[in-house]
Parts: sequence; C-alpha cells; structure tokens
Amino acid sequence: MTGRLWAIAYNTYREAVRDRVLYNLILFALLIVGSSVIFGQISLQINRIVLINLGLTAISLFGIVIAIFIGIGLVSKEIEKKTLYTVLAARPVRRWEFITGKFLGLVMTLTVNALLMSVGFFAAVFYVSHRLGRGDLQLVTAVYFILLEFVMITALALLFSTFSTPVFSSIFAFAIFAIGTFGEDLRGIARMTSGVTHWAMTGAAYLVPNFAALNVISQVAHDTAVEPKLILLNTLYVLAYTAAVLTASVWIFERRNLK
Amino acid sequence: MAAIEIQGLEKSYKTGFFGNKRKQGLKPLTLTVEEGEVFGCLGPNGAGKTTTLKLLLGLVFPTGGTARILGRPLDDIGVKRFIGFLPEQPYFYDHLTPLELLDYYARLSGVDARERKRKVDTALARVGMSDSAKTQLRKFSKGMLQRVGIAQAIVHDPKLVLLDEPMSGLDPIGRREVRDLVQQLNEEGKTIFFSTHILSDAETLCDRVAVLNKGELKGVGVVADLLHEVSGEVEVVCSGAQAIPALSALGAVCHATGNVVRALLPERSLENALAALRKSQARLISVTPVQATLEDYFLSRIGDEKPSEVKA
Repeated sequence: MTGRLWAIAYNTYREAVRDRVLYNLILFALLIVGSSVIFGQISLQINRIVLINLGLTAISLFGIVIAIFIGIGLVSKEIEKKTLYTVLAARPVRRWEFITGKFLGLVMTLTVNALLMSVGFFAAVFYVSHRLGRGDLQLVTAVYFILLEFVMITALALLFSTFSTPVFSSIFAFAIFAIGTFGEDLRGIARMTSGVTHWAMTGAAYLVPNFAALNVISQVAHDTAVEPKLILLNTLYVLAYTAAVLTASVWIFERRNLK
Repeated sequence: MAAIEIQGLEKSYKTGFFGNKRKQGLKPLTLTVEEGEVFGCLGPNGAGKTTTLKLLLGLVFPTGGTARILGRPLDDIGVKRFIGFLPEQPYFYDHLTPLELLDYYARLSGVDARERKRKVDTALARVGMSDSAKTQLRKFSKGMLQRVGIAQAIVHDPKLVLLDEPMSGLDPIGRREVRDLVQQLNEEGKTIFFSTHILSDAETLCDRVAVLNKGELKGVGVVADLLHEVSGEVEVVCSGAQAIPALSALGAVCHATGNVVRALLPERSLENALAALRKSQARLISVTPVQATLEDYFLSRIGDEKPSEVKA
C-alpha cells in the first residue's frame, strides 16, 4: 500500500515539475529582489516590514494559485485523458489510494516550492536586516501556517475535481478560499444571530475552512509572537478538516462510474 | 477454471435533465471465456464492447448480474495483479519516458524491485521500443503510443490480457505486429480478450468470438462453427446456358459468360441442381463449397439494425 501511495504521489510531483510549475520561483525571486531594492531606499525598519509582508503573502498566493490550478485537474484531467484507466483498471490500486496519492503528490510539490521560496525570502530578510535572530523563528511559524493553508486548499480542490469540471472546480475553490479568509468574521456574525439563523450561520461558518486563523503574516512582520497553543490548535484543525474533505472525496470517487 | 465468467451482467445509465430516464448500455450478458483462449468481442461502435470491458475492470459498476475473473469476484482487488489492459486510443502520462512509465506501472502492480528492471526491459523489447525507451511520450506517434500501451499491459506478466480495439488506428505493418504479439502471448498460455470492429483480425486470431450490437449479445461460438452457420452455399460451374432457367427455379443466382454458367445456390439444392443439369444436357465443370467469412456471420447477426448510440 505504502509503495503504491508513494508511486502515485511521486508521479504527481514529477508531472508538476516537468510541466514547469516551479518556474514561478523566477517570478518570486524577481519580486523579492525588486522590493528589497525599492523599499530599501526608504528606511531599514519599514523595508523589513514590507519585505516580510510581501514575501510571505507572495509565498502564500503563489502556492494557493498552484494548488487550485493543479488540484482541480488532479482527478478530472485523469478522467478526461483516460490516464487513470491504466492505473485503476488493471493494477491493484484502490480508489482511495489513488486520491490520497494524488493529494500527497501535490502537497509535496507545494512544499518544495514553498521551501525554495522561503530560502530566497530568508536570504532577502538577512540581506535587509543584516542578521537572523531567534525572533525570526516567528517567520518560520508563518511559513508553516502557509503550508497548512496549502494542505487545506489542495484537499478542497481535489474534492471539487472528483465531481465537477475544471472551470466550475476553480470557481468553487477560489470562492471557498475567499470566504475562508473571512472565517473569523463569519463566526463573529454567527455569534450575533439567534434561533434558526444562529444554527444555520454557525454551521456555515464551521463548514467553510478558517483560513483567517492561519494568517499571521502581519503579526510576525511587526515582531509579535505567535502563541505555541495556536500552532497546536491550527495543526489539529487542519488535520481534522483535511481528513474530512479527503474522506468526502474518496466517498464520491468510490461511487463514480468512470465512463 | 474459466478466465472470465459473466452471468447476466448489465449496465444502464441515467439520462435526462433530472436523471429520470434510463438508457441500456449493456443488456443482460452471459458469457464464458476459457483459460488459454483468444476471445474476440465484435460489434460496431456503441455495441457495448467497451462497456463490457469497463464493467469487468471495475471502472463502471453493473446495475445487474455478476462476473468472475480467474475465479474471483470483480471487487477482489488482488485479481488485478493478473490482468493486463490496453484501453482504446491509449493516452499516457506524457511527461514520462516509456522506461519511467513502465517502471511506474510495474510498481503499482506490485512487481518486486529486483525483478522490475528486467521486466520493464523485456516488455519494451517485445514491442520494439528499446531504442526509444528514454524519449518523453509527448514526442511519440500514435503507433508508438499503441506499442507502449501494449508493453504496459504485459509488463507485470499477467495471465489475462484485455485489449480494447488494439489495432485501431494502426497501419498494416503495425496491425501485423500486434497480431503476431497476440499470438505469441497466447502461445505463452495467456488468455486474450479483445474487442474489435476489424473482422479480418478477429478471424485470424480468435478461437471464439461474441457479436454484440445495441448492447445485446447476438451470437457466440467457435469461429469455424459460426462460419458454418452462415455458409452452406455451393458454386456450380457448368457449360450450357440452357440450364439457367432450371437452376434459377432452384433459387440459384446465375452469371453467364458465353456458354459458361456460374450458379450460387444453397447446399441442400445441389442434388436437384445436378439433376437439372443432366436433364438440360449441360456439362458439369466444377462444384465448390463457398467459404463464408466472419463478415458474413457478423452481418447475418447484425442485419439492418443500426448501432446503439450509448457509448461508455
């Protein structure tokens, strides 16, 4: 089982790399270098804040776009091109293994992409601040939260890919991401309502992924510490949410006729 | 033990905006393919051949009936180690080379790491792709992709090989190579089940065939027996145009060239025809049984029916 999962995951990763997905790193490098040069002329402190905000936001957005655009095709493209026929028809591969393998492969791609960007980002921070101290560990936490974002959005894109066309899947995924960035506001609104509306709003607020809780970019840019408790809670939340979404994907895909 | 046992297997699809209508892709099908056979599934486009294959391989789920492959039920995932499959118009991960693709499939099939390289190399050599083993598939022609498709179907040394239109889109040389390979695989003891609408290929290769149309089984059997069903005609050649009216009265189709008459008539009318020749004083030149082709059988089963529009 592990061998098959790894084989599918590695194939997904290899496909993304050979389709030149990592070329986005060049754009990222240009962005970081450009902003360091431009904002470096203002003041050291502002330059650092801008660089951290811009760098981490770019890592997040580049990854989200890749996660959605590749994620929505993970299953539907395989069905359309019939490449999965030779995997599922005549190999002892269960459908849940296929789904999980594809998910892990894209998460692996995004992780490598984010880590390479992070190396460039930390180099730029070092270049601007002339040092990297213990306080900069908060930046690592922010990158970790961005990776957690990728995990959730990949699972959601994959879910849509199991039953919808790429166009609708991308619309759904971007919409869910946009709503999820206001996750805390949704929960706040739910608390202000009562009766049936309260239950409906609370249900909707908890159904939508809470991307707001994973966004600590502004906080770390201003050197405000991230509580260890938040790291633990966010990790558990993402694991639980992703597991639920993947289970739904498998449930749908297991019942689908591959015509 | 039968390689494939199908009992009343059927598939219908929901259609219409609300999914409240149903269209029959495959009517209840009962069929057995014995181990070691080359079995051909014939039919026009949309006949239900691909649906049958997809049902057997678990790509679509039956709405009725059961089937067993190598004695195991369809939902037994372990049986897939012993199955090879070539889909119609295969399309593979084109970012990979044939070497990488076959290694990937061999891994998924659970081929032991020590055996994998040897099996991949052997499969590529069998389809004549060793020289292109390290070229990305996106640079391949259709014929080359078909060869890679066959290689991936046999890389894990399966007992049963299912081929969906394996000769489709190939030039005559490619078709000949595929035919030779199918025969070789069969000589090694593998069971071959393939769908095709190219009847000459089926006639050359198959021990038995089944004819499908509109999702329904129209006939099944040993090729020679099936041909016998539609043959039973003889060609009588004689000298003496005066015999034509008598032969025509027996149901013969006559063509005369000068005084030489060629008459095609049912075998059961032969004695009466010979008597008619004697009576009209025509001279008998030859009597030859007419060899029917699979096409004759196919057309006799399909008749004027138009193929079904359901295609899965």
